[in-house]
Amino acid sequence: MTLLLGALTIGLILSLLALGIYISYRVFGIADITVDGSITLGAAICAVLLIKHVNPLFATLAGFGGGLVAGAVTGVLHTKFNINSLLAGILVMTGLYSVNLHVMGKSNVPLLGADSSTKWAERLGHSWFRAPEVNVMGWLVGARDLAMLLIVISLIVAACLVLYWFFRTELGTAMRASGDNPQMIRALGVNVQRYCIMGLALSNGLVALAGGLLAQYQGFADAQMGIGMVVWGLASVIIGESLTGSRSLGLAIYGAVAGSVLFRLLVAIALRWGLNPNDLKLVTALFVFAALVLPQLLQRRKRAATLAKPQSQS
Amino acid sequence: MLTVSNICKTFNAGTVNEVRALRGVSLTIPEGAFLIILGGNGSGKSTLLNAVAGTFQLDQGKIELAGENITRWPEHRRARLIGRVFQNPFTGTAPNMSIAENFALAARRGQGRGLGWALSRRLMDELRDRVRELRMGLEDRLGNAIGSLSGGQRQALTLLMATWLKPALLLLDEHTAALDPKSADLLIRATADIVSRHKLTTLMVTHSMQQAVNLGDRIVMVHRGAVACRFEGADKQRLRVPDLLARFEEMRRREMLDESAAALLEKTYV
Repeated sequence: MTLLLGALTIGLILSLLALGIYISYRVFGIADITVDGSITLGAAICAVLLIKHVNPLFATLAGFGGGLVAGAVTGVLHTKFNINSLLAGILVMTGLYSVNLHVMGKSNVPLLGADSSTKWAERLGHSWFRAPEVNVMGWLVGARDLAMLLIVISLIVAACLVLYWFFRTELGTAMRASGDNPQMIRALGVNVQRYCIMGLALSNGLVALAGGLLAQYQGFADAQMGIGMVVWGLASVIIGESLTGSRSLGLAIYGAVAGSVLFRLLVAIALRWGLNPNDLKLVTALFVFAALVLPQLLQRRKRAATLAKPQSQS
Repeated sequence: MLTVSNICKTFNAGTVNEVRALRGVSLTIPEGAFLIILGGNGSGKSTLLNAVAGTFQLDQGKIELAGENITRWPEHRRARLIGRVFQNPFTGTAPNMSIAENFALAARRGQGRGLGWALSRRLMDELRDRVRELRMGLEDRLGNAIGSLSGGQRQALTLLMATWLKPALLLLDEHTAALDPKSADLLIRATADIVSRHKLTTLMVTHSMQQAVNLGDRIVMVHRGAVACRFEGADKQRLRVPDLLARFEEMRRREMLDESAAALLEKTYV
């Protein structure tokens, strides 16, 4: 049960990453690799501030701010300097590696003893449940873990509601249209370049927020923690779309969260069944590859079958 | 009022692919007038429309609209004054968004976009009424993705979107060219109705002579990036398709004559 709770909590934290990737990949059609650097940036800023006894809420928000800036830089490189979006992301991600090391001062910052949201969860768990362990449907789970899960759930629900509201505003609707049909929205008076920069900033802000929360949950920030995160986020978005479809904005947001949680649960189960942790990134990459290629193959087969049909009839 | 003064544009200048698309074009459309730009393929008619829309920057010349010099304005800034319907039905709408959301975008054309709800109850009520006027039965499907509609339906909605806020200039870029004859006919009727009802200053590009004769109050024929001839007032009213065909034939003959004369000169002196 503790394992399930942990997988759920991490899955929910990383759903912010999935939401960020949803914005860059599905709204703007950009596979933004900046996230590999911005998730670490969020974690690094948050960890360093926590060690300096800054309020965890402000530390987490500062990480979010760092992600906003990183995404905006990628957006500026892409739109103002006409650099291919993938290359712009690679440039910023590479640069962020050094930035993150400078922020942290070393490659790993442990949060032992720092007052973080995990400590808040511990205190809340004690005050809510008045026992170190709680009985949940016959299973004994740590009060701290349960409180942390509840905090993360409320945070994610709030983030989803804010995102849903934002994308239904005049600004957010225009941002979605900038990705859907740039030529049309330009003719309606929108500066598409500016909206792309804002969208990438928001995307990486959410990713950095996930980084800050992840660092607090894990108890450390590490310079390597972002490697392969873009693929992780893509996998979550793809799983989410297959679960809920993308007919409406609400379903797409819900799908990204559900996809992230399900993917994390699948990973936890696979590891439990003996998957070598070293193979995890390779398996994730293969999964995303299959998810991207399979629809094309199925469509090709369907087309071939449709073409063959009249011949067999004649 | 739109004033285009001596505009020039050369694409791929200095290369083997150099194209002199506009060669000193000048024209004026008084407020409330409907101008048809007519020309063959590659004559420069769409380039002229794109120059007014601000798709590219000019090499030379000046464009003034509603008393403002818009020559150096980027396309998105010109949208404050210009409503536009594209040739391709897929270009004028955001396919993955609903009909209502597309109109919410059009309702803020050229204005700032803030954090207010894009779809207000008032907008929805007005939208239902105005879409009903198209008589396409779309007023009950405002929540559907606009990408699920036919090309004709999308073009009609794009026309309504372009004129939702009365533009200082309406640009129509061969907006019926990609439609079947029935849809094209319906759209042309809707265009004439909306333009006359709102007294819109309109610039329409077409290569349909029938449309040029039936619509608008003035015609400019474009050939090889320059204005070849103009018809206004009584001349335009008297104009019939055979007259336009004769003009085209004359231009083609003159062009062939020019080419053969050039070949003769080259043969004799070079």
